[in-house]
Amino acid sequence: MKLTTKLLSATAICAASSAAAVDLEVTHWWTSGGEAAAVSKFAEAFNATEHTWVDGAIAGSGGTARPIIISRILGGDPMGATQLNHGRQAEELIEAGLLLDLTDVAEAEGWKDIVNPPSLLDACTVDGRIYCAPVNIHSWQWIWLSHQAYADAGIDVPSNWDEFVASAPALEAAGKIPLAMGQQPWQSSGAFGVMAVAIAGPDAWAAVNNDKNAEVAAGPEYAAVFEAAANARAFAANSNVQDWNQATNLVITGQAGGQIMGDWAQGEFQVAGQVAGEDYTCLPGLGVNEIISTGGDAFYFPVQDDADVEAAQKELAALLLSPQVQVDFNLAKGSLPIRGDVDLMAANDCMKKGLEILAAGNILKDGSQSLTPDTTSQIEDLMVEFWNDPSITAEDAQSRYAAIIAEAD
Amino acid sequence: MADISAAVGGAQASADTLSGPRGPRPKRAFSSTNIIIYGTLLVVCLYYILPLYVMIVTSLKGMPEVRMGNIFAPPVEVTFEPWVKAWSEACTGINCEGLSRGFSNSVWILVPSVIISIAIASVNGYALANWRFKGSEVFFTILIFGAFIPYQVMIYPIVILLRESGDGITNVLRFFYEDAPRVRLMGSLSGLVIVHTIFGMPILTLLFRNYFTSVPEELFKAARVDGAGFWGIYLKIMLPMSLPIFVVAMILQVTGIWNDFLFGVIYTKPETYPMTVQLNNIVNSVQGIKEYNVNMAATLLTGLVPLVIYFASGKLFVRGIAAGAVKG
Amino acid sequence: MSVTDTETISARTPTPRPSRLFRNKSAKIASIPMVFTALVVFIGCTIWTIYHSFTRSRLLPAPEKWVGLENYERLWSENRWLISIENLAIYGACSLVLSLCIGFVLAALLDRKIRFENTIRTIILYPFALSFVVTGLAWQWILNPSLGLQNVVRNWGWESFTFDPLNNPEIVIFGILIAGIWQGSGFVMVLLLAGMRGIDEDIWKASRVEGIPAWKTYIFIVIPMMRPVFITALVIISAGIIKVYDLVVAQTSGGPGIASEVPAKYVIEKMFQAQNLGLGFAASTMMLLSVLVVLIPWAYLEFGGKKNG
Repeated sequence: MKLTTKLLSATAICAASSAAAVDLEVTHWWTSGGEAAAVSKFAEAFNATEHTWVDGAIAGSGGTARPIIISRILGGDPMGATQLNHGRQAEELIEAGLLLDLTDVAEAEGWKDIVNPPSLLDACTVDGRIYCAPVNIHSWQWIWLSHQAYADAGIDVPSNWDEFVASAPALEAAGKIPLAMGQQPWQSSGAFGVMAVAIAGPDAWAAVNNDKNAEVAAGPEYAAVFEAAANARAFAANSNVQDWNQATNLVITGQAGGQIMGDWAQGEFQVAGQVAGEDYTCLPGLGVNEIISTGGDAFYFPVQDDADVEAAQKELAALLLSPQVQVDFNLAKGSLPIRGDVDLMAANDCMKKGLEILAAGNILKDGSQSLTPDTTSQIEDLMVEFWNDPSITAEDAQSRYAAIIAEAD
Repeated sequence: MADISAAVGGAQASADTLSGPRGPRPKRAFSSTNIIIYGTLLVVCLYYILPLYVMIVTSLKGMPEVRMGNIFAPPVEVTFEPWVKAWSEACTGINCEGLSRGFSNSVWILVPSVIISIAIASVNGYALANWRFKGSEVFFTILIFGAFIPYQVMIYPIVILLRESGDGITNVLRFFYEDAPRVRLMGSLSGLVIVHTIFGMPILTLLFRNYFTSVPEELFKAARVDGAGFWGIYLKIMLPMSLPIFVVAMILQVTGIWNDFLFGVIYTKPETYPMTVQLNNIVNSVQGIKEYNVNMAATLLTGLVPLVIYFASGKLFVRGIAAGAVKG
Repeated sequence: MSVTDTETISARTPTPRPSRLFRNKSAKIASIPMVFTALVVFIGCTIWTIYHSFTRSRLLPAPEKWVGLENYERLWSENRWLISIENLAIYGACSLVLSLCIGFVLAALLDRKIRFENTIRTIILYPFALSFVVTGLAWQWILNPSLGLQNVVRNWGWESFTFDPLNNPEIVIFGILIAGIWQGSGFVMVLLLAGMRGIDEDIWKASRVEGIPAWKTYIFIVIPMMRPVFITALVIISAGIIKVYDLVVAQTSGGPGIASEVPAKYVIEKMFQAQNLGLGFAASTMMLLSVLVVLIPWAYLEFGGKKNG
């Protein structure tokens, strides 16, 4: 008897139910300590309605999760909602009509007026219709410095990239790894992007990433970035960890001087009970150009042929952007809220720095909004090779980089 | 194709010859040859046993001891906490149910997949061995070719195939009953069972075909004379004498399906995730520091089912391999 | 396979009946799953994949965007693909040779009427029951320089001992090989052992009477007689090699850098992460081609051997 019921339910025969309460499966790849704490804020808020949040976490970063998400959507067995990064990743799914149009929710909730910066909503918009709910702003442009590591080496905590470079030998002498760096391709590529904004400047960065200008990519500004990256490569030579949060952990425990990583690293410091300004320092734009890029996470809602599910999906979409949920979620995750009208008194030093920069409008469009995943992955392949193989010179890497930008569509 | 197929034959013969080793007989107990043999085997066994040893020892240590100490040292203080945590407390996202969530799913995936794939493959192998028809060898060759196709190549087309056949079945059902429910193969247990059956087919069909080819033809002929048909011979004559090959097939399928990660993660959903997917989630969800002891306990727990089957059926397995995969 | 075998099989086939289509009806019905798998799944999906490798499919298959060889040109200009191929070649050659050698030597040792044969055989075979994910993790842990083998040897007093294959791009593939061999060689051993047990004892008696040393008997008599078993083992090992994926993901994730990338990983990442299906399919097609390169000579040898035999 049990076998038959099990098999029946497993063949997923979808009988239309009259009850409005829906179990909505949400897939995401937020599994580190800080991330899990943040996502549970969403779940709590959603469970407070008559619906239920069915958590579909998939560990191992977006790379593991994305094939699963995409096959599920294509195979006609979509989840209720799914995390995907902003930008061009979902383009084709939208064109194929597989993702739910959220325009009516957006209008009812006035997303146009509250989402700041507006580019986040643009990234969700295709042909004037809105297809995703942005939930946070993530910026890559940060370096996290360990006070303990510098205290052990007997020197002051640097206040910008140049000082950081100058301090590296002292750290090494004290047996520390100057720069902690995970081995995953997106980390190498991200760190390079941060250095590009800081060293080549926001204009050159935008010319390359937004306008795909290969001449700038091959030019002198970027040559300086590649030189700097080749130097930084030597600082990270002894950093043999895989995951980004293991690298962050090197900084937290004072084994490494610093890490170039997005603001999500903050969640890890928080979970470890560290206080910004006392135990660690964060420098936006590497302390050189105080500017942040505004990438972020967004939720997409695959089309389902069930009116109740659709209603629940739209309810969740509205909920994700509601003020209290935004505050709770972003405080836990260490990211910035997508609406400027919420009160973040509880924010720590680093988040406040980010909020100020955001309020001052020193923002960059995130690369993933203008580069295709294909180009992004080519750059990641190049960067992870460059960061790990000292035999590749800065010149070689730059010419290969320029070739990828020239080919980008 | 011939050799591998012919290679397999001689069920009876091999089963008999397996009774004893055939190599040159060693003379004295402490000859230099013996010392070399046992010495080599000892070193080899160390290499094979080492990872299991390390996993077990580590899973019984507390985290401070893991970080300080020697990975080969036995635990100073034995703790079963990592095992408890791996089984029922480890977190992925906001679920903190550990591996236990995946265990019953794995069983529910395993049992039908193993039964159906073996049933189909044994009948196919029997048809190929005893009831050849025009083109049967061609299909068989294609099937063997299929054993080499990297699974990754097939993921995408199979997603589409499952979707389309699910819709096809729905349409057929709705043709007869207008309000028939929608059948979904993608993301369901039945879809996964189909996928496992398909990918288990090449090697299993090969095993069964070779085994049945070796059954003495007098038996087959006598049964034909008595008027037994295709199914009659299969059920009354072939099945009762093919225990060894069924054991091999079962072991191969149990380990293959239990250990599968790729199909499990792509063709199911969170409620039906098998244990390997939970294992990946636990091992890759690093919250703070990597808890190696919990990871090792989780790893061992996941590997327990196939390991037990191996240790319990070691001798039968070797005998079955001899009967089904190899012929002298 | 010998001629006699073929004859016995055909002799077994029932004599023709009036209707060709309905002859053997049950057998044909019973073979439907096999025919379906062979034609629809294996052949159908292969053709589908090959066709789409000539299109500019990104996230979704786009059969209408035909681009000819563009994907293949890009594939062969990518450093990562070239490294993947090179790694697969090194891993494949080493793992084939080592598995067969280790498997054969172990089988020969176990075949010498030793004590504890069952125990030893179980120890050597058990890794085969573990998944590649588990194998990869266990060995990643043992080869970790600050926790594993290197650290232990250094603590014993050999301070300069360095064994850190997983973080050295030059030798990382051998670090993976250690784990691969550990997992798979037991099965090869069991196959070869079973084959050895199938050899007639008279052969050993004869060679002993002739005074031929044991090693010579193995190389010149036993190995040639075990050709079918070797071929079975060869096929099973090579089918596993081309698919190597989980092991690399679990052990190194392709790192350091891209030093331990393999083709199967390239395919899956290009398809899903880079959202460039066309390129992923082109890479899959190259993998299929390499499978054919292995299979065709083998099939040719087999069918050729049949005619001569």
